Amino acid sequence: MAPRQDRHMPHDHSDHEHAHALLPSDPALRVKALETILTRKGLVDPAALDEIIDTYENRVGPKNGADVVARAWSDEGFRAALAVDATEVMRELGYYGRQGEHIVCTECTPSVHHMVVCTLCSCYPWSLLGIPPGWYKSDAYRSRAVREPRKVLAEFGVALPPETAVRVWDSTAEIRYLVIPLRPAGTEGMSVEELAKLVTRDSMIGTGLARVPG
Amino acid sequence: MSRVHDMGGRFGDGPVIPEPEDAPVFHKDWHARALAVTLAAGALGKWNIDTSRHARECVGNTDYARFSYYEKWIAALADLLVATDLVSRDDLSASDPEQQALSDKAMTADKVAAVLGKGGPADRDSDIPIRFAAGDTVVTRRPADNRLVDGGHTRLPAYAAGARGRILMLHGSHVLPDSNAHGLGEAPEPLYAVVFPAAELWAAPEHPDDEVVLDLWQSYLEPA
Repeated sequence: MAPRQDRHMPHDHSDHEHAHALLPSDPALRVKALETILTRKGLVDPAALDEIIDTYENRVGPKNGADVVARAWSDEGFRAALAVDATEVMRELGYYGRQGEHIVCTECTPSVHHMVVCTLCSCYPWSLLGIPPGWYKSDAYRSRAVREPRKVLAEFGVALPPETAVRVWDSTAEIRYLVIPLRPAGTEGMSVEELAKLVTRDSMIGTGLARVPG
Repeated sequence: MSRVHDMGGRFGDGPVIPEPEDAPVFHKDWHARALAVTLAAGALGKWNIDTSRHARECVGNTDYARFSYYEKWIAALADLLVATDLVSRDDLSASDPEQQALSDKAMTADKVAAVLGKGGPADRDSDIPIRFAAGDTVVTRRPADNRLVDGGHTRLPAYAAGARGRILMLHGSHVLPDSNAHGLGEAPEPLYAVVFPAAELWAAPEHPDDEVVLDLWQSYLEPA
């Protein structure tokens, strides 16, 4: 098929400047202007915006992912179910949702450490970890995590033993990856709730390790 | 051939600056508003996630490099609103349109939980037969360009173009971004996780056993 250019969506603008250049240059004013325009035109309900923000500030965040990890550490059956269809498990737990429609869990072992990035944008399992931290969306992380993951890990204070391979997952599609970190030593007999407190956000992205108790 | 957003493997970006686990979700109020207004406008149904990603890639190379994360979102949103005729260029310049009644297409506060909870799954039935099985060796196409639209959206990063890898797993059939971003239909096809040795991608890999996995559509792949 001959390449063609679609007419209806933004593409490379040679005829006139980008529409976004018409907005104020200060980012806070720019957002405010856009919100005002959309509200006036009846396209956006400001109360819905408050609700979206409240969802990701207070309700959907890394505690969801930490619960999944703690259960995987505690229950062989749960772990097996994750391997078969993690998305279905998320539905059952109420952790299915936007940017968490297709979940795959990758489990760290002494021989393989897993780490997740999105080099093309900022894909991240929102329904399990919430909104990504600034560094995850930074040019430095996006460009370097695939080429020099060990140097990046060192910047997070993580040094892997030489016998451990690194497998970096570049989230190029709608599959969202959750890293199951290694269960720390000294956690035998701990409850799921206690274990979940040891599971950091970074350990579920693979730029950190789970906390050691004590 | 590649676009400014396609930065995997690029040199020169400096250190990654970690954040404490308890850092605020939104560092500034306007970050939160930018995210929320983008999601609420997306819920109007005038574009899909692939269109929206492509719009961010097309904000212009200079703007892409100088804009912070949520500035890219806002710029792309403004461009999409104009491209879909929801907002005019005059509206953006004057920013003082008359108040209109809330559209029945607008997401109201009571619908937010349901909309976010439902998400937008990308798996679809497809007539395209599955060509590869786990363990098969494949080569990615090169250059990593959209084959339907010149300069269009694609999810094959340049650093993985022409590389030899192994099929790790089949994810089922998913919407093809190269088509869907451009209003050419969802064109679902098989999607695979493909694993590449780091040495296949980089001149100086850090460790002989390191690997990179990418999710790649069947039409990005050829048998090795």
